[in-house]
Amino acid sequence: MGPARAEGGGEPLFLDFFFLLRQAGLPVSTTEWLTFVEALAKGLVAADLHRFYALARATLVKNEKHYDLFDQAFTHYFVGTAPGLELKKALEEWLATPIDPPQLSPEALSMMERYGLDELRRMFEERLREQTERHDGGNKWVGTGGTSPFGHGGQNPAGVRVGGSGGGRSAVQIAARRRFRDYRTDLVLDVRQLGLALRKLRRLGRDGAPAEVDIDATIDHTARNAGDLEIAFRPPRHNKLKVLLLMDVGGSMDPFAHLVSRLFTAAHKATHFREFHAYYFHNCVYERVYEDARLSKGMLTVDLLRWLQPETRVIWVGDAHMAPYELTAEWGAIDYTHQNPNTGLEWLQRMARHFTHTAWLNPIERRFWRHPTIAMIGEVFPMHELTLEGLEEAVEALR
Amino acid sequence: MGRTVLENFTGTEDYIASVELQEAVNVALALERPLLIKGEPGTGKTLLAHAVAAQLGRELYTWHVKSTSRAQDGLYVYDAVQRLHDSRFGDRDVGDIRQYIRFGGLGRAFLADAPGVVLIDEVDKADLEFPNDLLHELDRMSFEVAETGDVHAAKHRPLVVITSNNEKELPDAFLRRCVFHFIAFPEPDLMASIVKVHHPAVRQTLVDEAIARFYWLRGLPDLRKAPSTSELIDWIGALEKGGVDLETITDRVPYLGALLKKEQDLESLQRHMHRYKGRR
Repeated sequence: MGPARAEGGGEPLFLDFFFLLRQAGLPVSTTEWLTFVEALAKGLVAADLHRFYALARATLVKNEKHYDLFDQAFTHYFVGTAPGLELKKALEEWLATPIDPPQLSPEALSMMERYGLDELRRMFEERLREQTERHDGGNKWVGTGGTSPFGHGGQNPAGVRVGGSGGGRSAVQIAARRRFRDYRTDLVLDVRQLGLALRKLRRLGRDGAPAEVDIDATIDHTARNAGDLEIAFRPPRHNKLKVLLLMDVGGSMDPFAHLVSRLFTAAHKATHFREFHAYYFHNCVYERVYEDARLSKGMLTVDLLRWLQPETRVIWVGDAHMAPYELTAEWGAIDYTHQNPNTGLEWLQRMARHFTHTAWLNPIERRFWRHPTIAMIGEVFPMHELTLEGLEEAVEALR
Repeated sequence: MGRTVLENFTGTEDYIASVELQEAVNVALALERPLLIKGEPGTGKTLLAHAVAAQLGRELYTWHVKSTSRAQDGLYVYDAVQRLHDSRFGDRDVGDIRQYIRFGGLGRAFLADAPGVVLIDEVDKADLEFPNDLLHELDRMSFEVAETGDVHAAKHRPLVVITSNNEKELPDAFLRRCVFHFIAFPEPDLMASIVKVHHPAVRQTLVDEAIARFYWLRGLPDLRKAPSTSELIDWIGALEKGGVDLETITDRVPYLGALLKKEQDLESLQRHMHRYKGRR
């Protein structure tokens, strides 16, 4: 398909920039796109590319974690087409002659939302081929791998070389500097982000001491009391959820120790749980769980099951990666001092039967989950990757 | 159709705004959309609304959101308990409901005779659904006081500045309607001018060295709580008062408690100290 155009004025809408953003993984909606177009139509930016960049970012990007992707896409779209400056010229024309907001037909609007990722990718590749054919040396469009339009991780040498107005250069330099790389969430999970994800883990309910005036009940009681005032109280709303965090430590978990400790900090800091308990184990849970990561101070697992109610939400963190006998054999625990007449799997199944909501977070990537013990544990507990997305999934399942 | 920009925000003497931030404010003004501001603590989110109001000569209406705030509170609060109280013990005319209606920041901005600036501070403090409820009020720009039946429509659409500390994720529907800007942590040269505002008398060499040390600290890989601008300013104040010389900052970090507030961070700093020395 050719470059998308508005039905009315025939002006380019930079619709392919919209698609580029979507394909790069930015959740830009048509509402936001139309806001952006409306702002352009109001003549807000004149012929200043730096302001154009700022305007586009303020209207299209709603989370700092996407700034870096946006910067890359912006650099790529408005600069990466060198030496053919056709797009840039179109942009300048656009900026120089503000027009009324273009009227998009309902078909065009639905088209923008309808395309799935694969289709967008296909359209882009077509578009990219088109560009290559038209401009010699325009192969920067295609990028290094050929599957992604992003070539060089934003260190696009053309980013600075392309001329244009002074304003244009600075916008491009700003975008190309990738100042917001650190805000990306797919790279590192920090305590705050984990805490944010955990915050959704709540179920509100009223209990405890009645400390709040209940207006409705007061009116009701007073009316029944023939107008003589009778004030009713009710308990304030609290999160009712209790959470148990069980963490695998040592051995194959060592590379993930930092990540697990961040999750622990985040969960510990989350003051909104009604109760929060954390215990450690090594590879698998048997008779005991431990209060410290050195596994010195233990507690009987049966006591834990007796003490915690079934509605306690359980979050397991572990790679579930061990020798199969540690899971399936009696006396199979990895520590010699740990004598287990019941198999690890039996203990896990017992826990699964006791608690109504459980999620297992695995720091190992999903594609390696075919390992026998990971598969076995995955059958006992729903397993999620220990990433922000995985944690959000788990939280959703635990609610 | 030419440029329709009537008002233009460029930053003030005390408030230095980047081009991106200026543009975000101007887009919000022109499109009459709420402006959502995020950023680390101490980057001037709240002050922005003050600066915009000051530069444009508009009235500022502030509304500090609390964990118990409801969207309607920004418009008005009906003080039923006071009225109930008056009905038994008071001498006011309880038949006049209007005296028990108190308008909130947003409500007062709607009723005002000139366009104002509304600051909705720390929107993420409230319930998860709060922003969506708020959106409804912002979209309509009019509200009905249910208790009296009075309908108040905004005479002028105010500029609504909303700040968030990122404590909660905000709903997508809300984000779609907002103009967004993230105030990035200041880069060293901007930080130097911020420090100058607070400590005009401190020696430049000390400031430079302290800032270098501060950014090195922030760059440590495993810090749980990185120090912020206000902590840097306190720290420089402490260094100045304590009469610490430059050599000492290079060799160790005096008054460390002003910068790092967590035990684990102090421990990991010890591990990194030798590298800082080795580098110089």
